[in-house]
Amino acid sequence: MLNLKTLTAAIFISSPALVSANEADLQKQIDELKQQINATAEMVENSSAKSTSGNRTTIGGYGELHYNNWTGENGAKSKKELDFHRFVLFFGHEFNDSIRFFSEVELEHSIAGEGQNGEVELEQAYVEFDLSQNHRAKGGLFLVPVGILNETHEPPTFYGVERNPVEKNIVPTTWWEAGLAFSGEFAKGWSYDLGLTSGLDIQDGNIRGGRQKVSKANAEHLMGVGRIKWTGISGLEIAATATYQDGYEQVTAGSNKTAQLFETHVAWTTGPFGLRALYATWNLQDATNGRDQQTGYYVEPAYRINDQLGLFVRYNSWDNQAGDSNIDSEKIQYDAGINYWPHPNVVIKADYQKQEMPGDKNQNGFNLGLGYQF
Amino acid sequence: MKRIRFTLLIFSVTLLASTMLNARGVYQSREAFLEETFNGSVPKAEVIWLSGEIKQHASEILHHKPNFLRVRYWALGSKSAWVLNEIGKEQPITVGIVIENKKIKHLRVLEFRESRGDEVRHPFFTKQFLDVQLEKENQLSKNIDGITGATLSVRALKSLATLALYLDSKRKLKAQ
Repeated sequence: MLNLKTLTAAIFISSPALVSANEADLQKQIDELKQQINATAEMVENSSAKSTSGNRTTIGGYGELHYNNWTGENGAKSKKELDFHRFVLFFGHEFNDSIRFFSEVELEHSIAGEGQNGEVELEQAYVEFDLSQNHRAKGGLFLVPVGILNETHEPPTFYGVERNPVEKNIVPTTWWEAGLAFSGEFAKGWSYDLGLTSGLDIQDGNIRGGRQKVSKANAEHLMGVGRIKWTGISGLEIAATATYQDGYEQVTAGSNKTAQLFETHVAWTTGPFGLRALYATWNLQDATNGRDQQTGYYVEPAYRINDQLGLFVRYNSWDNQAGDSNIDSEKIQYDAGINYWPHPNVVIKADYQKQEMPGDKNQNGFNLGLGYQF
Repeated sequence: MKRIRFTLLIFSVTLLASTMLNARGVYQSREAFLEETFNGSVPKAEVIWLSGEIKQHASEILHHKPNFLRVRYWALGSKSAWVLNEIGKEQPITVGIVIENKKIKHLRVLEFRESRGDEVRHPFFTKQFLDVQLEKENQLSKNIDGITGATLSVRALKSLATLALYLDSKRKLKAQ
């Protein structure tokens, strides 16, 4: 009995010490567990980072499906068409922190090959080198730094199902060449691009048809390109590009006709309001049928109702035979439409187009589109 | 054309001669950002785990599942500092964000590695975030004007600012 009492008393007296010892052990175990969990999390995060960007190879892409429903007037073609217009994949690789590769491969109109509507195109494939924090050089095949859409044309980034006709028919978007270029920033908000590249091979004054797409491109005459851009105020971009090429017909001797493009644009967003306006003009020396001057411009105000919904209207005017005022060649198109973004990288578009073409050969109607980027 | 080629040649040589190959994109180290934020006395890092409701909200803010399990932050009283990463188009953009009394007091791009869109690092853009706070449904209290051609970088910064404000609202306040 005495023994039991003694034991009970001993336990009673020593229990706070035991509890305290247990608490200390428990805390130690908790701390160890915390460390183990943090170490596990770190490993999982590192592994996840490696699988995404750590291996330095990235992929991306965009695509757009279009439906056109146009009624042709005065001999212009009517159109009811569904077309997976563009399916594009980007592949990039960082060799190290200052040398990287970027590429863009595009399948247009779903099927490529002989007798098919589409084509497979390599639109970008260049290696870029950082020369310093603010200056870079690149060599390879790259997009010409001109216009608003030529370098940034992922469907969720612009209004309208089809790209605007001015940048398509005057700039001519999408326009890529191969060569060497420098780009960078020379003052806060001021940036430049300067390049020497392959040039156009323009026959009969057809600028868009003059894109050689760097496919065994005739390099008898190269092109110089320069752009200056100011983005010194948030939401505002003002830029101007000039290109110069002698011998735009790419003949070896006897002709040295020059081609010059001047393009300028402003892109401005403030609050829900947006405005894009662009002017571009070509001078093709000695081109006939008024094609020595080819000019266009558009103005596109827009209003963003919320993060998911935006409205726009656009006035487009372009003339690929502006050099001869006797030729009725000015083309005008009005667009109005809506963009709906169910996700920032996915867009559903609808717009209506009305044309005033030479000879009233108009294609009026509506367009629907689905686009994405990743 | 010869003149253009000559000009380009001169330009290339000048650039190459004046600069060695350099990694661009690191504008401030994380350590320097924290030192600056806390005047040299950087508190111990704390952690918020992304689980349950917090993970769900973070996914909504980023528009994708976060590829990290927890977020480290540094806090002193009502002030907290966050260093977060988000991919713009291809490469992660690292952003430092300081929040005080639930409002952004400073936002700085620490590292930028995308080939385009680096205008987002300039004060003319980042100063738009000053005093921005979180409204209902994880919306920023102020419209942030974008930059043409830098849509994805702008979006990444907006997402990170929103995420930092949201996570700040979930952290436990400690006495200063």
